[in-house]
Amino acid sequence: MNKANENLREEIIRMSGVNPKKCMRCGKCSATCPAFDEMEYHPHQFVNMVESGDIEPLLNSDSLYKCLSCFACIERCPRSVEPAKLVEAVRLSVIRRQGENHLTANDIPALIDDEMPQQAIVSAFRKYTK
Amino acid sequence: MQRIGVFVCWCGSNIAGTVDVQAVSEALKSEPGVVFSANYQYMCSQAGQNMIIEAVKKHKLTGIVVCSCSPRMHEATFRKTAAAAGLNPYMVEIANIREQCSWVHKDMATGTEKAIILGKAAIAKVNLNTPLTPGESPVTKRALVIGGGIAGIQTALDIADAGFEVDIVEKKPTIGGKMAQLDKTFPTLDCAACILTPKMVDVAQNDKIRIFSYSEVTEVKGFVGNFDVKIKKKARFVNESLCTGCGACTEKCPMKKVPNEFNLGMDNRRAIYIPFAQAVPKVATIDPDYCNMLKNGKCGVCAKVCTAGAIDYTQKDEFIEEKYGAIVVATGFNPISMDKFDEFAYNQSKDVITSLEFERLTNAAGPTAGKLLRPSDGKHPHTIVFVQCVGSRCDSCAEKGKEYCSKICCMYTAKHAMLTRDKYPDTDVYVFYIDVRTPGKSFDEFYRRAVEEYGVHYIKGMVGKVSPEGDKLKVQASDLLNNKQLHIDADLVVLAAAIEPDKSARPLATMLTASMDTNDFFTEAHPKLRPVESPTAGVFLSGTCQGPKDIPETVSQASAAAAKVIGLLAKDKLTGNPCIASSDELMCNGCSSCERVCAYGAITYVDKEFRMPDRTTAIRRVAQVNPAVCQGCGACTVACPSGAMDLRGFASNQIIAEVDAICK
Repeated sequence: MNKANENLREEIIRMSGVNPKKCMRCGKCSATCPAFDEMEYHPHQFVNMVESGDIEPLLNSDSLYKCLSCFACIERCPRSVEPAKLVEAVRLSVIRRQGENHLTANDIPALIDDEMPQQAIVSAFRKYTK
Repeated sequence: MQRIGVFVCWCGSNIAGTVDVQAVSEALKSEPGVVFSANYQYMCSQAGQNMIIEAVKKHKLTGIVVCSCSPRMHEATFRKTAAAAGLNPYMVEIANIREQCSWVHKDMATGTEKAIILGKAAIAKVNLNTPLTPGESPVTKRALVIGGGIAGIQTALDIADAGFEVDIVEKKPTIGGKMAQLDKTFPTLDCAACILTPKMVDVAQNDKIRIFSYSEVTEVKGFVGNFDVKIKKKARFVNESLCTGCGACTEKCPMKKVPNEFNLGMDNRRAIYIPFAQAVPKVATIDPDYCNMLKNGKCGVCAKVCTAGAIDYTQKDEFIEEKYGAIVVATGFNPISMDKFDEFAYNQSKDVITSLEFERLTNAAGPTAGKLLRPSDGKHPHTIVFVQCVGSRCDSCAEKGKEYCSKICCMYTAKHAMLTRDKYPDTDVYVFYIDVRTPGKSFDEFYRRAVEEYGVHYIKGMVGKVSPEGDKLKVQASDLLNNKQLHIDADLVVLAAAIEPDKSARPLATMLTASMDTNDFFTEAHPKLRPVESPTAGVFLSGTCQGPKDIPETVSQASAAAAKVIGLLAKDKLTGNPCIASSDELMCNGCSSCERVCAYGAITYVDKEFRMPDRTTAIRRVAQVNPAVCQGCGACTVACPSGAMDLRGFASNQIIAEVDAICK
């Protein structure tokens, strides 16, 4: 693993508080994930790729914004690994860069429909912007 | 003043490679009490031991210091050598200059310096050593086996075979345990009942074995060789000696809706019942929670139909007190509750079952007479999903499940999958696994056969969710090797639930003062070298009470435990360890501090008459140590505020002398 990847891995682990080494590769996170089909990289891959320092592909993947943050993977992981927290940490490390907000106020009108609760917009801002 | 001989061992190059043994034996020559000092290549060899014996005779030695390996290795050897030379064996001290010196140092100068210091400490101690003689206690030649499953049965049979009396205490109405509930046994697929029930009959017919069924141990006192045990024989409201086991009562009892625990509640039994056809003893039992006669005084049908006149509604719990020389714990296991695993919908659908329930569903004596039918609608399932590791191998922080691998699930799941495909080839069988662990004789071959010959779909991954929809179970799972999420419409889902020790184990461990681990498995005295003994003398472990294991392993351990029991019961007297605590009665103030810290229950208090200086007498409460129970741990000597308690062979003044010698 090169130095840059190692630093990135340490940062993600520190931000998330997750220890990916606890994973026993059972795949229950991906088995339980309701957004599985939308994702390019699945929850179990997030854990494995962070552990091996292969984080670059995750940073550029749309999967970061497909996670619903439903925490089903956290709830059911037998090893208390908490994959959703890793996804969040990787997402934050992208969003926190300058100009990398995933959602701006200008995007909202186009997304709005009558059935969308206001709370969804608020939480989307929390999730996708600095 | 002692006349001490010092013997420094080279241990080949193990010690001599890092310690200048010549310098050590020279330096120790001038220590107080030392009259002889030598070194030799292997002190433990015959020649080395002869050298010690000759030195004892020639120099009239009264004490010996051997600078060698750990006392765990050769203390016993050198004590025997001392005895052969006519010395008290407890006049030998070992200075560990291998594990604690040569193996941990690289530098010769440092190693030599430390070896000399360790030698000085041992010499200082020998100067204060006194000859010790171990005590003796008699042995009651009868064993108690707690638990009547295959472990308890095998242990009891082996002990009885050696000619000793054995009692089995079983809390259920029949012996047989979990094995009696199984259908086939891996990897040979013998029918469990066919190989177990002959053993149960052997137990019943053996005149050395008594079975206390429907009974529990309520009190254990005493110590190795001399246990006093109280057994509660619960009232079964049937006279055991009159009942012939004809079963007429169990057919006529009007109370038909009692969940049958032998079939895990999947069918019903009557309020008076015999658990299964081959039960031993084959005696009916009345369930007081459901019997109308016992609850309301109305009914009495069983008494009317019983031609033997065995029904006795007035029967009371009976207490039996018996003496035993050895106790074997064989309390077994249970599958864990699935209540916390909502994702598998165990409590929502009757068609989500545990593997033990699956055993009953395929057992010819089970609720479906051996036909594999769905519990909900009695239809034949066409798609079956097996989920492994349910509650096993969980993280200690997780709120549910156990940290350990339950060990038996991989094999019984392979067996279930294989047998299903064999009997019902039209059935699709999926097994979701994290790892397949099959390290046993013919085990991996068995699993491969399930995959290659029987076409069981083994999928690496875990089931995330089971949701009942209509008459189907929607199973959402991951297929890690294909990086896919699978959705399977299943008819039956079988959960390989983790196993845990029986709930009765912990209170029993407290009674026996036997130690347990955090999972309530009994701890063995040494994980490798004493695997069937509890650290508590006279208590032995058999079967799954010590850790998850399958039938072959359980039977091996059961026989091993029996061998240990036979070894104990074959002795007329037990020689104790003389290095035990003793209390100076003149200093003891009767505070009970020592009694509270004693993990072995070795300390009792007695009222004793003392003559006071003014010639009056006074009664004082003083501590007494039972030499047969004391393990010499020394906890009491630390707890004693008045300094009355001391450990023979490791007395406070001896330890202080060692410390002084090191710090000088």
